[in-house]
Amino acid sequence: MLVLTCPNCGITAEETEFHAGGEAHLTRHGPGASDDDFEKYLFMRDNPKGVHFERWRHVYGCGKWFHAARDTMTLEIFGTYTAQTSTVPQDIIDKITDRRPDWQKSDAR
Amino acid sequence: MSEPISALNGAIYNQGIAEILALDPIGMISIRGDLSAGYLKKPIKKITGLGMPEMRGINLNGQTGIAWMSPDETLLICTYAEVGAHLDTLQNSIGSNHALAVNVSDARAVFRLKGKHIREVLAKLAPVDMSPENFAVGTIRRTRLAQVPAAFWMVDAETAHLVCFRSVAQYVFDLLKTAAQPGSEVNYYKR
Repeated sequence: MLVLTCPNCGITAEETEFHAGGEAHLTRHGPGASDDDFEKYLFMRDNPKGVHFERWRHVYGCGKWFHAARDTMTLEIFGTYTAQTSTVPQDIIDKITDRRPDWQKSDAR
Repeated sequence: MSEPISALNGAIYNQGIAEILALDPIGMISIRGDLSAGYLKKPIKKITGLGMPEMRGINLNGQTGIAWMSPDETLLICTYAEVGAHLDTLQNSIGSNHALAVNVSDARAVFRLKGKHIREVLAKLAPVDMSPENFAVGTIRRTRLAQVPAAFWMVDAETAHLVCFRSVAQYVFDLLKTAAQPGSEVNYYKR
C-alpha cells in the first residue's frame, strides 16, 4: 500500500483516497503534430522497474492533481510535488539519488 | 412552498456506542475562486463574522461557519432559511470576478455523531488518523467513508458533524450504525 502526501492540502493518506493518473511529464502532441509524435503521446508509456514519475489525484480529498516519484518495485515514495510543473524539481531528484545512487534521469519525452 | 425535509427525516440511532442523528437540513454554500481575494473574504466576514480558515481548518460561530475544502474552495455553513440572503450578499460582492457561489444545501445530508467513542466510529470507516492530537476541534477532513465521499469535523470533544451526498444518506447512516453497534468499542484512542 502506498502512503502519499498531497502537496495541495498537506494530508498524508493511503492510496485508496487517491486515484492514479498514469505517467507524468508527457509532452502533449496535439493538432498539427506528426502521426508518429501523436501515437507516442497517446499510447507509448515507460514501464520501468524502479524510479517512476506519476500523476495522482486526491480524489476523495481536495480533488487536486499532483505529481509523485516512486519506485515501482519497492513501492517506496521518494516525494510528491506540484502538478504545475513540467520538470521534476531538484529536491525530488536529490531525494531519489540519495536513495538510488545509480539512478539516471531519462530525457523527458 | 414545500417544507425542506432531510433525506432520512431525523432518523436516530442510539442503541450503540455513539448516538447517530440525521440532522434537519442546514444551509451550505459552496464557494470557489481565489480565496485570498477581497471580494470573497469580505462577504464571508460579513456573513459569519469569521476569517477565511487555514488549510484544512473550519471556523465555527454557533450555527454559521466557514470550512476549507481545497486550495480554491470553501464551504459556508448557515441555517437553511438564511441561504438565499447570504447567496445574494456573496453574488453582489463577487460581481463580474471569476468566482462561484452555489447553494448546495439540498445536495447534502448531515449527520451528528455524539458520544465518547465517535473517534473510533469514524476511524473504522475512513482512512484517517483520528487521534485527538491529529484531528482536533477546528479541523475538517474530506475523505471517504467506506465507498463514498464524505467530510466531517469535530464540534467539540464528543460531537462530530458529518456531511455526505444526499443520494447516499441511507448508506452512510447504515455504515455509521454498523460501526457504532453495541459492544464494538476498541478503546484505541485513550482519553
